[in-house]
Amino acid sequence: MWEYTDKVKEHFLNPKNAGEIENPDAVAEVGSIACGDALKLTMKLDENKRIVDAKFKTFGCASAIASASALTELLKGKTIEEAEKITNQEIADYLGGLPPEKMHCSVLGQEALEKAIENYRGVSHRKPEEVIICACFGVTDGEIEHAVRQNHLTSIEEVTNYTKAGGGCGNCHEKIQAIIDRVYQTKERQAQPAERPRLSNLQKIRLIEETIDREIRPSLKHDGGDIELVDVVGNRVLVALRGACAVCHASQLTMKGFVQGKLQEFVAPELVVEEVAS
Amino acid sequence: MKTVYLDNNATTMVAREVVEEMLPYLGEYYGNPSSMHTFGGQVAHKVAEARLKIASLLGADPEEIIITSCGTESDNTAILSALANNPSKNHIITSRVEHPAVKVLCEGLARKGYRVTFIPVDPEGRLDMDEYAASLTPDTAIVSIMWANNETGVIFPVETAARLARERGILFHTDAVQAIGKIPVNMKGNTIDMLSLSGHKLHAPKGVGVLYVRKGTKFSPFLIGGHQEKGRRGGTENVPSIIALGKACELAAANLDKENTYVRELRDRLERGLLTAIPQCKVNGTKDERLPNTLNISFEFIEGESILLLMDQFGICASSGSACTSGSLQPSHVLRAMGVPYTMAHGSVRFSLSVYNTAEDVDLVIKELPPIIEKLRVLSPYWATPQGACATA
Repeated sequence: MWEYTDKVKEHFLNPKNAGEIENPDAVAEVGSIACGDALKLTMKLDENKRIVDAKFKTFGCASAIASASALTELLKGKTIEEAEKITNQEIADYLGGLPPEKMHCSVLGQEALEKAIENYRGVSHRKPEEVIICACFGVTDGEIEHAVRQNHLTSIEEVTNYTKAGGGCGNCHEKIQAIIDRVYQTKERQAQPAERPRLSNLQKIRLIEETIDREIRPSLKHDGGDIELVDVVGNRVLVALRGACAVCHASQLTMKGFVQGKLQEFVAPELVVEEVAS
Repeated sequence: MKTVYLDNNATTMVAREVVEEMLPYLGEYYGNPSSMHTFGGQVAHKVAEARLKIASLLGADPEEIIITSCGTESDNTAILSALANNPSKNHIITSRVEHPAVKVLCEGLARKGYRVTFIPVDPEGRLDMDEYAASLTPDTAIVSIMWANNETGVIFPVETAARLARERGILFHTDAVQAIGKIPVNMKGNTIDMLSLSGHKLHAPKGVGVLYVRKGTKFSPFLIGGHQEKGRRGGTENVPSIIALGKACELAAANLDKENTYVRELRDRLERGLLTAIPQCKVNGTKDERLPNTLNISFEFIEGESILLLMDQFGICASSGSACTSGSLQPSHVLRAMGVPYTMAHGSVRFSLSVYNTAEDVDLVIKELPPIIEKLRVLSPYWATPQGACATA
């Protein structure tokens, strides 16, 4: 059953500000189809840096749509400086609250807002040293730490509810706990050795080839496409898409979602897939 | 608002005849079937009669029927019993698309040191029989493969698989929870050693299940206690539900043809209607070997929970394999095992029908769903240029 407030239902059934502004002054896209929700936010500002219009497009569940609708309502009429102060909790509060396991929908809204403001200012303050902690949902240590600090999260389950990190294979739970511990200045737990055996390079390449043959190629062929393994450099798997995949507008989704997902599931969670020109 | 219930693989309406049959045993006939007196003994007669009806639906002997509390208990009992009776063997074979009652148990056994082979399925949801045959080893204690998949309705060749296991002296269990009552099952004509069924999937109430154990199969009970079920499952009988299940099995036998004609036609009408009206959608699971009542269909670039919630506004009940509805953050393990792309997996909806559905129900979905899909796609950042419909009328 859906434990949504009337306000969530209202914004889901009749979303405010759905769509996309032409020639926006600020634009941001966050999330991905593989992760199950994504949000595109566009904003128009006047000469006083006041947001005169904000629109959204959302792929996701009812609370993701409602959160985006709420965000755009909160944004309209605010200056950039005022908008910058909006937290994910404010989005949730505007909706009369969200179920705990749906808080990540409000976090997605806040992430889109931050990114849109960066886009407006033409700067990016994403620190290059951030590393992906949750490979399933592509969540970085910086994002987890931000969510932990802002929402006073104390358990892995809460981190999953807010960021999705740890909600897939679960291999990153130790690392998430370490971030929580670090934030609260508790004694850092010793990292447990990974459960999977370490693979030699040769074993890794063989396993990647096997996984492509068994798990990936048949699906691509089914849609008239194909894939070729070009090289493996450390944890980077370089591949080329062939046939229908090479010209498909969803090929990036295929890459990041399907191909990388399968390789992470069957070979090693730290693998990253990159497409190279054929 | 009328409820249009198209979620019969989740649970079913308790049939009116079934309710009538069980009611007296919730009321005046409350005796314990194990008692010596006539008051209890008359209840024992009624339970025996129900067991006969259950056995008859399966083509089994009544002694081969162990009544349990649910499908999950049956599945757990079967697998753990096989392991207990083969202490020197350390290998389990199952599939990647089992119900959690088998999947999660086997994952737990793997952590305890058992070697577990999860047989893959192809993009159409069909079991890889070559890989299955190659996986059978002298060390294999038990094979547990579902008869039909609950999400896609794809039917697995379990009778063939059971024969291959029998040739190597390996026990074979099947979770037939979705198959019983929908396709013919005759245990006299196969070599399956154990089979699970669940009452509430065939118009009996929740809280009653069956484990069929072929005569001569070594068995270790899961619930240890009294002499009930010939010492194979302790605990006082759930009398009203057992009687209800007996009646439901009798009805299922009578309705089996209807499932494969009337229900199948309704399902096909729904499938045709949706594929014709909605672009960029796809049926998940092979159409060749599929339960007559199940339609699993994916709508590209939108998310299942949203679809369900909008259908709910019209009283339409269905399920989804999307992340938000799977109880985890990832789409259903069944669709992932099939390699359904994420663009499709998150937007999957399962409709499952029963003999109580009508053409009117189906037509309501065909009328109301296309605008719902359209509405969500207009909201989706991934939705670009619509292509033509998936099928022509």
